[in-house]
Amino acid sequence: MLQSRMNRRYFLNRAVLIASTGAALIGIIMLFWILGDVAIRGMSVMNWDFFTALPAPPGEEESGLANAIVGTLLMTVAAALMAIPIGLMTGIYLAEFGKTNLFGRLIRSLSDILVSAPSIVVGVFVYLVMVKTMGHFSGWAGAVSLAILMLPVVIRTTEEMLNLVPGEMRESALALGAPYWHMMVQVVLRSAKNGMITGIMLSVARVAGETAPLLFTAMNSPYWMESMNEPMANLTVTLFNYAMSPYDDWQQLAWGAAFLITISVLVVTILTRLLLAGRSKH
Amino acid sequence: MSIAKNRKSGLMGDRVFRMLTSGFAACIAVLFVVMIGVLWHESQPSIDKFGFSFLTSTDWNPVTNQYGALIAIVGTLLTTLVAMLIALPISLGIALFLAEIAPYWMRAPVGTAVELLAAIPSIVYGMWGLFVIAPMMADWIDPWLFEYLSWIPLFSTPPMGIGILTAGIVLALMIIPFIASITRDVFLMCPQNLKESAYGLGATTWEVVKDVMIPYGIKGIVGAVFLGLGRALGETMAVTFVIGNAYHLSWSLLAPGNSIASTLANEFTEADGEMYTSSLIELGLVLFLITFVVLSLAQLWLASGNKKRGA
Repeated sequence: MLQSRMNRRYFLNRAVLIASTGAALIGIIMLFWILGDVAIRGMSVMNWDFFTALPAPPGEEESGLANAIVGTLLMTVAAALMAIPIGLMTGIYLAEFGKTNLFGRLIRSLSDILVSAPSIVVGVFVYLVMVKTMGHFSGWAGAVSLAILMLPVVIRTTEEMLNLVPGEMRESALALGAPYWHMMVQVVLRSAKNGMITGIMLSVARVAGETAPLLFTAMNSPYWMESMNEPMANLTVTLFNYAMSPYDDWQQLAWGAAFLITISVLVVTILTRLLLAGRSKH
Repeated sequence: MSIAKNRKSGLMGDRVFRMLTSGFAACIAVLFVVMIGVLWHESQPSIDKFGFSFLTSTDWNPVTNQYGALIAIVGTLLTTLVAMLIALPISLGIALFLAEIAPYWMRAPVGTAVELLAAIPSIVYGMWGLFVIAPMMADWIDPWLFEYLSWIPLFSTPPMGIGILTAGIVLALMIIPFIASITRDVFLMCPQNLKESAYGLGATTWEVVKDVMIPYGIKGIVGAVFLGLGRALGETMAVTFVIGNAYHLSWSLLAPGNSIASTLANEFTEADGEMYTSSLIELGLVLFLITFVVLSLAQLWLASGNKKRGA
């Protein structure tokens, strides 16, 4: 009786362990398959033209995504410049003044919801507010929609990083007679600096691969941009258009774009991990 | 004198500092209100004309200017459901494997790899789904399902390779690393001595997981699932490539369909006419509200769990 119960428990245990290992294997194989495919197909189109030439009609040699690469970089930087000040200040508010009060809790919930807000709806919103009123698609509109998506990530990581700063450090500064904001700027922010940089990098990595919010804001363009006040080429929308096109060489370029985006996002993510790991050692 | 002055400027500085930061924080609330307000305002023509039937009608026809969102809503919910059904067991399996089962040398590198995969942009998953998964579904999986299981309404239409099922699978692949890495972190937070006490009482690994680790981390796990759910509901690019963009309501997972996000991605820039655009905006509003409700519920649940467990 006892023996059979033991047997059943061990059997169940074995079954669950095998199932879980199997699930893990399936998941891990699939995921590495994606990475491998993107790397192999993407690397085969990497050449000088890919980085320096403009997109050409299907069938022509010397086709590249130079304008899209620059466009994505410009819009991501512009988005970061908009989102970082607002995000940092809001994060500071949440960590310092808004820990328990109603307003703080509300802002915290809203930014948590904004993290998972459908990015395409953000695109529609920015279209209505900027593109429709200005009368044309523009790189600025694209940057604003990316900034809206970056914002909650910057806010929440800033808050988390500030919370990690030990209370003793704040108290010693305050005990020396420093005003609160002095203590914040010279002690807390300084010691949380690396963590906050990590948060910013993560948020950049997150929006660099966004497509949906750009479809209706920056749109796309086959030309070099003269300013950000016009439809702007970018990697992700180009990838979308080219992958859906029936032309073989455009599809090849799309794989190249996918590889480039994936690699840059992975590099940034790995850098942030190294930064964090280096910090925890000290 | 100078101390008093310093103190005064300090107090002043504190006030300014606090006002400044709370002002920026208020931006978030304003952004939220403006977003819902603008979407609501711009979808007025469609709301006025179709009213509640917008949500229940299956007729989406730019030619006759009749718009109903039911097919897109069903498509969104169905792809998300398929994705969650696939992703949940697999990501729990991965998390469990990484936290308890895998040999130690394997845990850190594989764990990092899964985290990196969570960072890959969704459009890459979508494109890979179109070029790799869709042909595979068309050649092998869909025909097999159709041949042997077509007596079930879920698999009753001829296979095409693209459709709800394919979209659900690609979506699942996208959220698996996301849910798995958070759940693993939650499992790892379970104190070692709790687990060892259970092992010491003779519990098997599964019993430790089921009776100690999952109850200990249930809050975090459910949180991770809801985050994955929120992502899947609003995801555009992973779905648009492979869902097939068709407007007919079908029970079959093999049939092409449409989701709210893919409808927007495909039609918004081409929409002409006030009613068409405003119906698309209302569609966006519906999607926003669905995710808003799901995520708010998650937050409420987490907050209430917080009080009860005192953790």
